[in-house]
Amino acid sequence: MKTRSKLKFKMSAAAAVLTLAGFTSGALNAQSKISGDVVKIGVLTDMSGLYADLGGTGSVLAANMAVEDFAKDRMVLGKKIEIVSADHQNKADVASTKAREWYDRDGVDMITDLLNSSVGLAVAKVTAEKKKVSINTGAASTRLTNEECNPNSIHYTYDTYALANGTGKAVVKQGGKSWFFLTADYAFGHSLESDTANVVKANGGEVKGAVRHPLNAADFSSFLLQAQSSKAQIVGLANAGGDTINAIKAANEFGLTKTQALAGLLVFITDIHALGLPATQNMYVTEAWYWDLNEQTRAWSRRFFEKHKKMPTMIHAGTYSAVLQYLKATQAAGTDDAAAVIAQMKKTKMSDMFMQNGTLRDDGRVVHDMYLLQVKKQSESKAPWDYYHVRQKIDAAEAFQPLALSRCPAVKK
Amino acid sequence: MEIFGIPHQAFLGQLTLGLVSGSFYAILSLGLAVIFGLLNIINFCHGALYMMGAFSAFIGLSLLGVNYWVMLVVGPLVVGLIGAVIERTMLQRLYKLDHLYGLLLTFGITLLLEGIFRSVYGVSGQPYQAPEALNGALNLGFMMLPKYRAWVVVASLTVCLGTWYLIEKTRLGAYLRAGTENPAMVQAFGINVPLMVTFTYAFGAALAAFAGVLAAPIIQVSPLMGSNLIITVFAVVVIGGMGSILGSILTGLGLGVIEGLTRVFYPEASATVVFVIMAIVLVLRPAGLFGKEK
Repeated sequence: MKTRSKLKFKMSAAAAVLTLAGFTSGALNAQSKISGDVVKIGVLTDMSGLYADLGGTGSVLAANMAVEDFAKDRMVLGKKIEIVSADHQNKADVASTKAREWYDRDGVDMITDLLNSSVGLAVAKVTAEKKKVSINTGAASTRLTNEECNPNSIHYTYDTYALANGTGKAVVKQGGKSWFFLTADYAFGHSLESDTANVVKANGGEVKGAVRHPLNAADFSSFLLQAQSSKAQIVGLANAGGDTINAIKAANEFGLTKTQALAGLLVFITDIHALGLPATQNMYVTEAWYWDLNEQTRAWSRRFFEKHKKMPTMIHAGTYSAVLQYLKATQAAGTDDAAAVIAQMKKTKMSDMFMQNGTLRDDGRVVHDMYLLQVKKQSESKAPWDYYHVRQKIDAAEAFQPLALSRCPAVKK
Repeated sequence: MEIFGIPHQAFLGQLTLGLVSGSFYAILSLGLAVIFGLLNIINFCHGALYMMGAFSAFIGLSLLGVNYWVMLVVGPLVVGLIGAVIERTMLQRLYKLDHLYGLLLTFGITLLLEGIFRSVYGVSGQPYQAPEALNGALNLGFMMLPKYRAWVVVASLTVCLGTWYLIEKTRLGAYLRAGTENPAMVQAFGINVPLMVTFTYAFGAALAAFAGVLAAPIIQVSPLMGSNLIITVFAVVVIGGMGSILGSILTGLGLGVIEGLTRVFYPEASATVVFVIMAIVLVLRPAGLFGKEK
């Protein structure tokens, strides 16, 4: 009897302590407005698969550089900033499980990188459900800011519309009127193909056909043979990473480049580096950013190169900028509450080494200038990683899909 | 003239390309079959050995200035030696255990090897040019076949048939086959069975590396090139019948051709067609097309 009452007493005391503790920590939170007393940013990327060189550890480095450039002591509003990272293996289910775990258990406030469209779309959904923030700097599909847009997800670096608009228009204007597509058979490839086909047709070109290849196809020879027999002037590569590399390599081998021209619709500087200039010279490429644009980009890239031993891609630069702008908005809003931070980003013109006067629209699209680049000839390249001529700056107003055409329900018409 | 609705020229072209990719399947599945047949090990690190073969060619050329033809011999020798070390230090302890242990160990070795190459070279891959003599294309009438692809078919068929001859028709092959049937008995005749087993594994590894050197000028030399291919190759071995040497050569070539044709008629399925065939074969002939039921 005695022990039981003792136990009862202990339990009620413990309950009282717990309630009190809960109360005070709640009060503290209300004061500082930073959930969990830390601003946690997750870099969810492909660490080991075919896109690992585009994001991967480089994105983690870029995010950390952003934190350091924001504040030497890595603090915002008196609270610590923390970067965590994970490998999503290019699988949408792995990515959304990780995102849930981060948001629910680890108190992550914002997730970035998210390269690969299927991963991006999956995590955007989880983010909306958990009322956090995702800033996609890696994926390309325009579905992120159209059918599947949501108030918590931002699409930052580029998208298939911007790529198609840049490269597609330029190539048709140069006289490449008839097109055949080599398309990676998933969300991103289809999106890139249809966006480019629209641009080609709108500018007076025609589309002769397309062949859909599986992701990570090792052998492109038979797809190229089909492209060859289509007799189209331009073979558009609606794929990315290793697939683009192997396709270009095989195109050179089969002599396709003698009679037809290739248009790489999503080519990264690391791809050019892997293929070498002889295989890629004269190709048009559209990117959001290039390391050799101005003094600011060169200085940042040199810092990046020192640690990473490779020049940054536009995804790395985008991730840097996204983290930096997110922290600035958090500071200005005085809270890490998702809605407040996003509202703050929407009313600010964002400038850093990645973009000038970038704006965040209601459909979640960050709008900034894009660049039409052309791959240099071997003789024109003066140093390693000196790969592009900047042919045209595509103004922010023209680079992306006009807001009026967005199929995002959040956009008021 | 049209075959199944496509011009016969395109059809023949695709058939030829199928034969080229079939050559890779043949040579890789042959190595797996030799190792499984004689050692009873499911060698999951075959893809990593293939990758190392390709990297040996790349490293030989870029760091040491050694050309393709030399590396075609040296690459397999080096990788074979690494294979011998793997067998002597690790695999040898697993022969008495269930298949699963060998599979897990070799899978672990794969992750390790890929990880090392990934951290040094990244995943975008390294460029490797075909040798001068094989640049250009042959006009076959129905298509322009790059000379290098023709060479791949010739080289891999030669190596495959040579291997078959070595194992089925020579005295050394006879020892090997006897050694796997009844090691104690063969040992009693004064033959060093453990040494033979090491040799066999090294030989299988060298075959994988040979395919790797052959592949280097065609696809980007990347740490992931092996794992992209190995699953398909395992399916080829299962279809052909585990351990059947001639079977794995023929199924390798055949499936390459079938896959090539799928790329024309229904490209979306080209990555899965081999597995569909595997499922059908397993239902109808569980031991594979050329395998014997035990």
